[in-house]
Amino acid sequence: MDLYPLWNSLRIAAVSTGIIFFLGIFSAYYVARLPRALKGFLDVLLTLPLVLPPTVVGYLLLRILGPRRPIGALVLEHFGLRLTMTWASAIIATSVVIFPLMYRTCRGAFESFDESLAACGKTLGLSNSYIFWRIRMPGCRPGILAGTVLSFARALGEYGATSMIAGYTPGRTATISTTVYQLWRTNEDGLAFRWVLVNLGISFVVLLAVNMLEKRENRR
Amino acid sequence: MALKIDIRKTLGAFSLEVAFEAGEETVALLGASGSGKSMTLRCVAGVEKPDRGQILLDGRTLFDSEKHVDLVPQKRRVGLMFQHYALFPQMTVLGNVMCGARRGFRGGDRKKRALEALEAFGIRALADLRPGQLSGGQQQRAALARMLISGPEILLLDEPFSALDAHLRFRMEQEMREVIRRFGKTVLLVSHDRDEVYRLADRVVILRDGHVERTGTRRQVFEDPGTRAAAALTGCKNLSGIRKLNDGEAYALEWGIPLRLRLKPDTEALGIRMHALRHGEGVNAFECRVEEVIENPFSFTVLLRPLEAPEGTRPIGWETDKATWTRVRGGTVRVCLPPEALLQLKG
Repeated sequence: MDLYPLWNSLRIAAVSTGIIFFLGIFSAYYVARLPRALKGFLDVLLTLPLVLPPTVVGYLLLRILGPRRPIGALVLEHFGLRLTMTWASAIIATSVVIFPLMYRTCRGAFESFDESLAACGKTLGLSNSYIFWRIRMPGCRPGILAGTVLSFARALGEYGATSMIAGYTPGRTATISTTVYQLWRTNEDGLAFRWVLVNLGISFVVLLAVNMLEKRENRR
Repeated sequence: MALKIDIRKTLGAFSLEVAFEAGEETVALLGASGSGKSMTLRCVAGVEKPDRGQILLDGRTLFDSEKHVDLVPQKRRVGLMFQHYALFPQMTVLGNVMCGARRGFRGGDRKKRALEALEAFGIRALADLRPGQLSGGQQQRAALARMLISGPEILLLDEPFSALDAHLRFRMEQEMREVIRRFGKTVLLVSHDRDEVYRLADRVVILRDGHVERTGTRRQVFEDPGTRAAAALTGCKNLSGIRKLNDGEAYALEWGIPLRLRLKPDTEALGIRMHALRHGEGVNAFECRVEEVIENPFSFTVLLRPLEAPEGTRPIGWETDKATWTRVRGGTVRVCLPPEALLQLKG
């Protein structure tokens, strides 16, 4: 069994979770303090990928990033990089799909943070960055951790947008989910089942990790 | 004056309009919940921004809307103690106090100073615990230590005892009195507890619906609250509007009895504290029916209705010691409302 899809899935999920970790936290932090009207609008926009079918997300991404589309053409011309049909294109797709998960869990955590702690820190003379990193972030840590792990799990399972923007090329863009589909389609049931088991195993470990993290956070 | 504040702020339907001054003394802001007490403190601390006005502390301008001055809280040097103390839950007690020491002391010195502060409050042994593991009183001590080590020029105490169990309050109040005495500068105390206010404050500012209803020394304010609302906030439970009969007599509408007293020209209502009624004969003595007797731990509260009062009037509460009530109790009692004990009030 060629393990390339496993390795590819893991690196796509890891990189996109890494990107979304920072993007999600900062957009949640800033959106949470915007005036109400703007907040409502941005909230809808940023949550949209969560409710859109992944194929629609994939379609929209292709419209923007395809080699003959505005951004895709620009990047291809100036950097010689193709934004579609490479393993790294899947990072873009999964990032867009998992962003709302991270953003929403972080926003929930930021909004339930006791603002009097931050206010108190200010009167004690603590700098705003000290308050953010040493008081606000630790207070929101359980939510942020949960968001990160969920995002990672969802990124591992991403299929729709990924298959559209990165396609399925064995040994190049194949991920676990696209491999399972391809094997099933070509009647290689035995192999497909083994990949299904691999996927189940990973998901099981991830969810176990979430539960253990939660327990540890509750004990603190 | 050490603190001079004159601010306005509108928040939805609520508008705050507060002006007062405070010297190196303890000034209590007394008011019902939602009267703007805490908002005023937060404006002084800089964690809430007034729409207009100015706040001066020892000649420093903390806020001035016309000069566009709005110092960040970090530069105001104010100590604000929150109702629930706002200790940082992820840090140890020592870590919390060291946060307060960051402004005034260098790295190596902070831990030493913080430990000294914990020692002074008798909680050095708790240094490595987290706030959630402390009792209410210990949390308050930690919050005080953290606030004082930050070197504030003014202390702002927001309902300092409301989060404590009743049996702890008395003890923490003693400790607070000592903290205030040693601090020696301006202290603003927000409270809705008139006993606490009377015991701790030199002067009282009564707030009602966002404006200052009455200011004065605590004696002045308790002896002559000035308005019905202020009288109620200072704990006067018997209140009645009046109709003037002549300069020396008024008819109390809610109680349904005429009362003799030297009326001030602008008096619109009268009040009498429950303990100020006297049993027996005297000016304004009435035979009253006993409507209800409520037993307190060390006294009785007796609700009385004068026999001559018409239907639909309100009973008058009389608080009397147990010995007196045991001696005089019956279906009716004779009590008097001494003219000098009647509070003359507006509105």
